[in-house]
Amino acid sequence: MERQNDYDDIPGTTVFDAERARRGYHLNMFCMSLMKAENRAAFKADPAAFLQRFPMTPEQREAVLQRDWNRMIELGGNIYYLAKLFSTDGKSFQFTAAQMTGMSQEQYAQMMLAGGRSPDGNRSKSEWKDRG
Amino acid sequence: MARIYAGLTTSHVPAIGAAIDLGKTAEPYWRPVFEGYEFSKHWVSQQPPDVIILVYNDHASAFSQEIIPTFALGCADRFEPADEGWGPRPVPTVLGHAELAAHIAQSVILDEFDLTIVNKMEVDHGLTVPLSLVFGQPAEWPCRVIPLAVNVVQYPPPTGHRCFEFGRAIARAVDSYPEDLRVMVWGTGGMSHQLQGKRAGLINQKFDNHFLDTIGPDPEALTRISHLEYLRESGSEGIELVMWLIMRGALHEQVRVLHRFYHVPASNTAVGHLLLDNT
Repeated sequence: MERQNDYDDIPGTTVFDAERARRGYHLNMFCMSLMKAENRAAFKADPAAFLQRFPMTPEQREAVLQRDWNRMIELGGNIYYLAKLFSTDGKSFQFTAAQMTGMSQEQYAQMMLAGGRSPDGNRSKSEWKDRG
Repeated sequence: MARIYAGLTTSHVPAIGAAIDLGKTAEPYWRPVFEGYEFSKHWVSQQPPDVIILVYNDHASAFSQEIIPTFALGCADRFEPADEGWGPRPVPTVLGHAELAAHIAQSVILDEFDLTIVNKMEVDHGLTVPLSLVFGQPAEWPCRVIPLAVNVVQYPPPTGHRCFEFGRAIARAVDSYPEDLRVMVWGTGGMSHQLQGKRAGLINQKFDNHFLDTIGPDPEALTRISHLEYLRESGSEGIELVMWLIMRGALHEQVRVLHRFYHVPASNTAVGHLLLDNT
């Protein structure tokens, strides 16, 4: 059962609560395994085979292989766990954040240099209606 | 008697650690960030602590989803830097202060703050980046550090009010420790940032500046900020700011702001830093 939470109204934001943590447990524990150099090497050598070590859903495995960050978050992933995955790829938080927003890293970096994304117009889903 | 003589707050952005480790601090992008810490570096070097109680959050490094303590106090003699996916940061081992930590644990638990005692723990950028910002790149850290890890990764973190009251309990614990020790309390994390989803990159300068202006003179006003307000106004990761309230709760009602710094951006994050005199 999906519970309704006050924070569900914040657009473009997934709060990592107990329900999502439960759904993402094995995905996040896979990410944790990448804190060991030998696991990073095994994952890089054969990503699909390595993922079989974890009882993740097929959707979670596919999202990892596609590096579809928003989808991983939708499936219960949390950014600090996913950080082990993009770090294994040699990528930064900024690279990954840019990907999640659909911007190029350069556009995203420019937005940050210009002061970041304003909260104005980004507080409620009602303000994002026209964005589809 | 042990005495808390100063408090410090700072963001703990991992990219700041990488800039230090890779020798990029003089680059135009990073120079303004590091210049903002020069005053405090000097001040702390002139009035060095024996012990820092360092409030930070673990970023799924020492604690995975297997165990998620809301408040975890590092009571060990030493804490190694964690491998967060790109090898451990090239920083010294963090030496704890097991005696004071054990005293704090005993005192705050009897004071009704049921924290978790941790005797084996690696520490990630949340703890080591603030040390690097203030102490640079020494061969050994110049003081002992008691890590206090707060869960802000899995919702809900403790409330700001609970954090503030916990800080007060820590102050009572330190005050009752018989050995003469000069103690600083650091609150780290924040300021506004969001690292996930289509709203990633959110920065709220108005919120951050209000927080910086208010935490010295009127911290109790900040303890009334709801989780929803943090999430909406300061981004999904901006809620780390509750950790600053532990630091503030550990200081006196009246403090003097010695230094204030705010800068946007460091990677995805607004950097905020305060040095507070507690004498």
